[in-house]
Order: sequence, then C-alpha cells, then structure tokens
Amino acid sequence: MAIDRVASGMRPTEKSLPKIYGENIDALPQDLYIPPDALEIYLDSFEGPLDLLIYLIRKNNIDILDIPMANLTNQYINYVEKMKAIKFELAADYLLMSAMLIEIKSRMLLPKPILEDDEDDPRAELVKKLIEYELMKDAAENLNALPKVGNGIMIAQSYFEKTTEISYPDVSIDELFEAWKNVLKRVKQFEQHQINRSELSVREHMTIILRKLNEKDLLEFSNFFDSEKEPIPKLVVCFLAILELTKEGLIKINQQSSSSPIYLQLGEV
Amino acid sequence: MAQVEKLKEVIEVALLTSSQPLAIEDLSRLFTDKTDRSTIRMLLDEIKNDWQDKSMNLVQVASGFRFQAKVDFTEFLMRLTPDRIPSYSRAVMEVLAIIAYRQPVTRSDIEKIRGVSLNSNTLRQLIEREWVDIIGQKEVPGRPSLYATTKYFLNDFGLKSLSELPELNNTLEQEISDTNIDKNVEENQEN
Repeated sequence: MAIDRVASGMRPTEKSLPKIYGENIDALPQDLYIPPDALEIYLDSFEGPLDLLIYLIRKNNIDILDIPMANLTNQYINYVEKMKAIKFELAADYLLMSAMLIEIKSRMLLPKPILEDDEDDPRAELVKKLIEYELMKDAAENLNALPKVGNGIMIAQSYFEKTTEISYPDVSIDELFEAWKNVLKRVKQFEQHQINRSELSVREHMTIILRKLNEKDLLEFSNFFDSEKEPIPKLVVCFLAILELTKEGLIKINQQSSSSPIYLQLGEV
Repeated sequence: MAQVEKLKEVIEVALLTSSQPLAIEDLSRLFTDKTDRSTIRMLLDEIKNDWQDKSMNLVQVASGFRFQAKVDFTEFLMRLTPDRIPSYSRAVMEVLAIIAYRQPVTRSDIEKIRGVSLNSNTLRQLIEREWVDIIGQKEVPGRPSLYATTKYFLNDFGLKSLSELPELNNTLEQEISDTNIDKNVEENQEN
C-alpha cells in the first residue's frame, strides 16, 4: 500500500515515463541498461531532502502542522532507497533526513509523561524547518519572476562623445639634466661585478706535494708555503692538500717536540 | 530662470548618458559652484514630470536615479537580444532569496534552511554578479563570514530598498506564527 502511494506520488512517473497498453510504467525494467547519469535527473529535480519532503506533503495534502510521521517516513525512505541505489554520495543529505524522520517517529512512540505543551512535539523542529524552507523556496520563485536589469528592466544609456584635449607638460632644461643624471646613476647600479673563479684544486696540490717529497725524502713544513709570493687562497689549498694527504696515509707529519720544525715525509706505501 | 532650465538639462543629460544610477551627490559634482541637494531634488522631480508621457521614466533605485524604458516597451526591446539571458538555477535563486530575506546569514544558516550542503560555486556566482558580498564575521567559533545583498542587487531588481522585496507567502507565515516557532520571521514582518 505504501509503495503504491510512493509510486503515484513520484514526479517522474506522471511526466516522463511512457505508457504501455494504456498503463503507466511505474518501475523501470530490471534488465534494461540505464545510463547512470540518467537517474540523477530525478535527484536533481529536488533541491534537497526538505524539498522532497515538502513535495510529498503537498502532493498528499497533508496538514503541515499535523504530519502523519509513519506515512511520510515510509514514502520518503522508499524514495531515498531508490536514489541511494543509484548515486550514493548524492544521497547523503537525504539519508541524514531519513534518520531524523525515524528518530522523530520513535520519539513519538515512546511513552512520555503527560504533556500539553506544543513545543514538546518531536515534530516541531522539523515543521519549523519545512515551513522556513518552503517560505524561502517561494521567495526564490518570486525573486526569479521579478524583472531585472537587462531582462525586463531596460535602462537608458545614450552615447556622448568624450573629447579629451591632450595637454603637454612643460619641461625645463634642468629637469632634463636631472633625468640624465638619474639614468647614469641607475646604469652604475646595474653594472655587473665579474667574479672569476680561480682554479685551485686540492688534488692538484696534493700531486705537487707528493712530487716534491719524491725528490727529497724529507721536507720542512714551511717549504711548502711561500707566503710572500703566493696569494692566501693558494696557501689555504696547499694546507688542505697536506691534511688530505695525511688523512689518506700518503704522507706523515713529524715534530720532535713542540715549537721545533715540522717535517713531512712520504708515508709507507 | 534660464539658468535653472540649464541646470535641469545638465542633470537630464547626465542621467541619460550614465551607465550607472546617479545619486544626488554624483549629480552635484556636475556643477562647479555649490548646488544644494534640495535644488537638485526639486529639478529631479521636474524632470520626472517632464518625462511622464514619454517612452522613458525617471526612477529611483538603491544607488540613485536612472532613466529606464516604460514597462510597455520591454516586450519589444527584449526582441533585440534574442539570446536569452541565462537564468540562474533553482539552487542559486534559493540561496539569493535566503540571503535577501534573512540577511545577514552565514553559510551554515543557508545550509540549515535548505537542508543540504552548499556548493561553493553557488555562492561564488552571486558574489561575482555583485549581488551578494561578505559584510563581516559572526563572532562564534570559526568566525564564519556573514553574507548580505548589495546595492547592485537592489539596482538590478529595480528596488529602492530591501523593504520593497516581494512579500513572503502570507499563508505560510501564518502557519509559522500559529506555531509560534520563529521569532525572526516576526521581526521581519515588522520591518
């Protein structure tokens, strides 16, 4: 019985489904392929659960202030079940409403202390929402029907020719000179400072040191540094080379006692 | 006398050539010497009378005065632009109605009334159209934005103020006050 009412209360059946032998087809054939998007149109024809509920209420001439919850919930859930089968994520808001309807119904069934207050009616909150939504839904339709600029309201806008006289500013010779100085200043700021990378290789110096030590077995540390002739970066690289050689065990560094000369010699290979 | 006639003509031509409605402040900028508001207002009234029997009317909307074609001609003029102006979806119009009648509202207020989550595209369409904008934040956790309708909304709908919005459905409002559910609605009724 409830299912029959849902079927006849559904919007698509009246308008879009065909008749066969004079009978409405109120269910889609099971074995027919339905493009998944086609049924979304049913969903899209409602703006949400409240819209669907209002549709069911108005369709069945239900008094909105005294909603038969069981009946309405039944119809609603039937509709949503169909929807859910098709596009679950779209139906999320609708499922939430199903839960609310069932909750309201079950609260109505619960035995309760004597109450005369209308506000304790579990349906009050829902009714409030339904009415407010329907109010806004009507208002939206009315707004849409209002004439708007460009669509119903045509506004005047005549053409007028704007004449703009071009006036040239005066320029003195001093200002020109100032401008030129500024250009020069700016050019200077954009000058590029060339940085040359000096090719100092630690490896190269390691080789040089090893060569020297091959010639003379033992050399004093200071022999490797000619601090007067050679630039500082070169001295640093030379020192790094010595450390590197020591680390690799290719040379040995000896010093008899503190502040006595330091000697380098080839390591035992 | 001749000078007053001239002032009137200047105002008239300014209104006819402007793409936007002009407020009295805008119109006073037309003149180098001080012209008081009451003079301009009086001249506007005269212009309004002068045009009474012509094809255009001088009307007042939210941000000022403008000339618009009399309603009788709309039908003809609409034929000049046969490409139908795209209409907004039901969702967009519902959101606009909620903002217009219940402003200022937050996103969640809108969602509560409609019972569905709000696609941000819907709000953006209204903001891009400059019918709706954000007028502040509600001082609740999360400080949600408060939306309201703009002057352009009123201009485009040919309204001087929100009080000229079509009245809400009477029988429905009756039902609400019967159940004494919503205080806001009653406040709105008074407005």
